[in-house]
Amino acid sequence: MDIKKALDGENLTISLTGRLDTLTSPELEKELQESLSGVKNLVFDFADLEYISSAGLRVLLSAHKQMFNNGNMVVKNINETVSEVFEVTGFSDVLNIE
Amino acid sequence: MAELVVDALVENLNQVLAFTEEQLDLFGCSMKFAMKIQIAVEEIYVNIAHYAYGNETGKASVLMEHLPDISSVRITFKDSGTPYNPLAHEDPDITLEAEKRSIGGLGILMVKKTMDKVEYEFKDGQNCLTITTTI
Repeated sequence: MDIKKALDGENLTISLTGRLDTLTSPELEKELQESLSGVKNLVFDFADLEYISSAGLRVLLSAHKQMFNNGNMVVKNINETVSEVFEVTGFSDVLNIE
Repeated sequence: MAELVVDALVENLNQVLAFTEEQLDLFGCSMKFAMKIQIAVEEIYVNIAHYAYGNETGKASVLMEHLPDISSVRITFKDSGTPYNPLAHEDPDITLEAEKRSIGGLGILMVKKTMDKVEYEFKDGQNCLTITTTI
């Protein structure tokens, strides 16, 4: 998985390429721990994310909880596979998906 | 029919997924179904790697069969660890607000919802979990 970050003031966009799975989720978790301080708007761009498993959901939920009180988090450009995972786990009701 | 046997360790996940992908290719599985199946395989395999053998290391086997008559694939996971039926647990509540949610049980819920059939049996001292789904 490749993680790209673009910080513009209080806006952080994180673009992922590849798979957010059991082996790669810890990398994203670490990036978020280091990057979220002072961020008000967090955007995940999943245009090039192939797939997400429950390990990835855990990291997203944790980021969502962290942003909930301090700002806003949006997930955009999800593919059909990721969309189905969000649907069957009820994440589509929790996350702000564009 | 093809079988892969590995030490049931999380770091062998990519080997398991590569085997799955290669077999699904041979079966003529579309990308859309292949992704869904790989997610299910990851969830089941990682559960075995995390819990089957406690602090010991044991084997996990993945058997893949093409069922062309019903355009499906059947994948059987076996381990000789602690008897454990992942289907015997109540599904997590997926209607809770984010603050109250936890991630426990979501993996197996995804497997149950995205595969056509999921069966568990404890046989000959082994946990056997079988998924069957359309390709």
